[in-house]
Amino acid sequence: MNTGAPGKSRLLPGYVALYFLFLYLPILLLPVFSFNNAAATTFPLAGFTTKWYVSLRGNGEMLAAAVNSLIVGVCVSGLSTLLGICAARAITRYRFRGRRAANGLIMAPLFLPEIIVAVSLLMVVLAAGMELSLATIILGQTVFCLPYCMSVLTAGFEGFDRSLEEASLDLGETAFGTFRRVTLPVVAPAILSSLLVSFTISLDEFILAFFLSGTEPTLAVYIWGQLRFAAKLPSVLALGTIMLLISILLLTIAEVVRRRAERRYATGGYAHA
Amino acid sequence: MAITASHAPAELAPPEPPRPRWSASEEASGLALISPTLLYAVSLLALPILIVFAYSFWSQDYLTIDRALTLENYRTALFEPMYQDLLGRSLVISLVVSLVTVAISYPIAWFISFHGGRHKNLWLFLITVPCWTSYLLRVMSWKVILGYQGVLNTGLMSAGITDQPIASLLYNSNAVVITLVHSWAAFAILPIFVSLEKIDRSLIEAARDLGDTRLMSFVRVVLPLSLPGIISALLIVMIPTVGDYVTPKLVGGKDGVMIATAIQAQFGKGANWPLGAALSVTTMIVVSAMAGLTVLALKLVVRKIR
Amino acid sequence: MPDTPMIAIDRVNKFYGIYKALSDVSLNIGAGEFFALLGPSGCGKTTLLRSIAGFDNPSSGDIRIDGHSAIGVPPNLRPTNMVFQSYAIFPHLNVEENVAYGLKRLKLGADEERRRVGAALEQVRLGHLGKRRGHELSGGQRQRVALARALVLRPKVLLLDEPLSALDKKLREEMQAELRSLQRAVGITFVLVTHDQYEALALSDRIAVMFGGRIAQVATPKEIYQHPRTKSVADFLGGMNFLSGRTLGQTASGLTVETEKFGTLTLSLPEERIEVGARATVGIRPERLRLLWDDERAPHELTGKVVNRAYFGETTHLLVGVEGLEKPLSMIETNTHGADDLPIGADIRLAYDPEAFVLLADDPPVERVH
Repeated sequence: MNTGAPGKSRLLPGYVALYFLFLYLPILLLPVFSFNNAAATTFPLAGFTTKWYVSLRGNGEMLAAAVNSLIVGVCVSGLSTLLGICAARAITRYRFRGRRAANGLIMAPLFLPEIIVAVSLLMVVLAAGMELSLATIILGQTVFCLPYCMSVLTAGFEGFDRSLEEASLDLGETAFGTFRRVTLPVVAPAILSSLLVSFTISLDEFILAFFLSGTEPTLAVYIWGQLRFAAKLPSVLALGTIMLLISILLLTIAEVVRRRAERRYATGGYAHA
Repeated sequence: MAITASHAPAELAPPEPPRPRWSASEEASGLALISPTLLYAVSLLALPILIVFAYSFWSQDYLTIDRALTLENYRTALFEPMYQDLLGRSLVISLVVSLVTVAISYPIAWFISFHGGRHKNLWLFLITVPCWTSYLLRVMSWKVILGYQGVLNTGLMSAGITDQPIASLLYNSNAVVITLVHSWAAFAILPIFVSLEKIDRSLIEAARDLGDTRLMSFVRVVLPLSLPGIISALLIVMIPTVGDYVTPKLVGGKDGVMIATAIQAQFGKGANWPLGAALSVTTMIVVSAMAGLTVLALKLVVRKIR
Repeated sequence: MPDTPMIAIDRVNKFYGIYKALSDVSLNIGAGEFFALLGPSGCGKTTLLRSIAGFDNPSSGDIRIDGHSAIGVPPNLRPTNMVFQSYAIFPHLNVEENVAYGLKRLKLGADEERRRVGAALEQVRLGHLGKRRGHELSGGQRQRVALARALVLRPKVLLLDEPLSALDKKLREEMQAELRSLQRAVGITFVLVTHDQYEALALSDRIAVMFGGRIAQVATPKEIYQHPRTKSVADFLGGMNFLSGRTLGQTASGLTVETEKFGTLTLSLPEERIEVGARATVGIRPERLRLLWDDERAPHELTGKVVNRAYFGETTHLLVGVEGLEKPLSMIETNTHGADDLPIGADIRLAYDPEAFVLLADDPPVERVH
């Protein structure tokens, strides 16, 4: 394992542990205080309670926001994955002029302050006379999710041996049949992964939703509104914990699917010319 | 010779049909396939940003937009002390955040790449999970940690280390920097990790073979070769953080306000779209310039030491 | 060769931009023939194979398969099937499903389909691995799946793109024998692309040697080894000692060439017209030079000095410097007399057979023959 690189010193594992603590501590605090029997988020803890979770059940405003988030998430993940498939396939499969420029534009939101994307979209939407609604959030978040979908999908498509498609054609299958019987099943894990990742991003995304939402807030926008009221913090933490679990669950599924596919296909031992 | 490469019989004169060039058809297929996505990105990303650009040269009188070109918005954005202040602080914060994030993330990326063993993917997954969880909640978490009555203070006090809460933890630039570094950690690790993975391990062995110490081989081989990863990590952290809105709002207090708050204000109640547009454009240009300079400086440093 | 070739390639050119991948290639391949396209990488052999399969389209010229022009016919409608260099085993399907892939479209019914898949797998001795997935197979097994998958469709032509290059030496030799017997068993045309001269010599009925997008020579393995037409063909297939000489004249028995040290040789008439008095290159294979031991005598002898020696187990390769020759001669001796013990610098005598010399055309090769 040790390849003559600077050796693993004793300090490094300690540093890694510290780093992980830094990374995870703030996130683990949410569930801790969501079960704490006090409105203030202070130590020592005041005892176990589930009342903050119970209070969520009757919260119609929150439930409405959750439904909005679900609608937006499903639409965004579907739309951005579909657009991502087209672009990722074009970029990995074909050579054409402007390929790099096109890729650069699609990936640009990764390298832009989100507020500027949000503001510019807001101006266009309002200038076009559109009403702010869930639809405008969907349009905006799709722009934002595309780079992530593209990363997942291009990685999946690049591992795809082109001779598989040629083999299918050679064995008598049509172009469409080849896409259905070979391309789609082999890249399915990447597609699923892209759907899950973009849904997670949409669920948690705040800035675009904040700028582009009308009277129907998403969960993130709803939480933002609640943050002003200190008394509501624990129930927001409870909601946050549930969202956290959903996010982690979805991401884990995406990762497992992706890695199982990778294991299965990577050892396919494609010889290269 | 019994059989030779020979002409086919005359009646099989080869046809010379005008076939479209393969590269042309490949080009067409590629463009056709990418066009929906490209159209989407052009109309909802490129076009809006162009419109922002256009607005920044217009002016507004109450609700009517005057399309006569003016540089007045830029004058305000660049010379109004309040905006100067905000922009300056945003730049400093994003510079500090990106440098700190890259500096503390590099060893982690290095650790995963060189000592991750068979579980590199698992390590990466664990690194990225916190990043995908709600940004709002993460920022709020830091507010809970750093607050006057927060986790850190109450924790320190109940542990008997301090007997009074430390008031200076929250609502300043430091709190903003800490929170942002936490938010962007994975974004810095991934590109660095990728560039480290690409390094042929025998290059390091060669450097050792040629007499370098471990540290020297790292500085002279690994570091320069991972520079592309460091650069994209810097850019991917620096540019977005300059316009961060949530973190300064929640943990920045008066002392940690950044430019995004001013931009947002121009689109909120005191609406002045052209000024907001000019502030956005200015921010983008200035941060790009700063990013460019940072990359240049970094390249020079690495060239010096290798 | 039968009257109608299975594959008739007629003046095919292929351009990639300004790069010419195939240059005026004409070739006939007979039904039931095991045909090899041999050449270094980049010589156009794979492009030619892919043009037959339908993955590349010639820029001009015609390709006829079983009498029908294949120009514009997509790969799925051609009576050819291919074994890919990477084998291209579908990773989401198991072995049986891979083999049944092309059959599914024929709608044979479940029973017939299962029967044919089973038979195809038996043919390549994989009957017991039907449920495995691609990544659970060894290289040799993957190759057999690729073979079964192609053959189960009963193509008229099987195309093989460097099918053995991913295998290690031992397995490669095993698979060579298996490929040969499989071809005899199914009796269809096999077209094999390879850069391995021994593979081409061992497997095929005929070989086309290609350089730079052109066909340099088409002949049986023996013919091509014993009578290579050009220097590059001679050089690509095994070793060759090249000597320069001058043509003296033509007699009934052939062309006479005067050489340094080897005297006047009479060589069988080449296909190209060669002027009397012109420079000519002749060659002799290293194994056609023989060491003379003790007082053994031969009608044609030369003396020389061993300048280098390499031991190969059953043989020893010697480089022998001969006074008056520009380059030392290379020769191969079996290690039965003690050639492996000859010290460097030793004086030796060697025998040659004037009949073993061949006249070689200069490069670039003249590929048109009338």
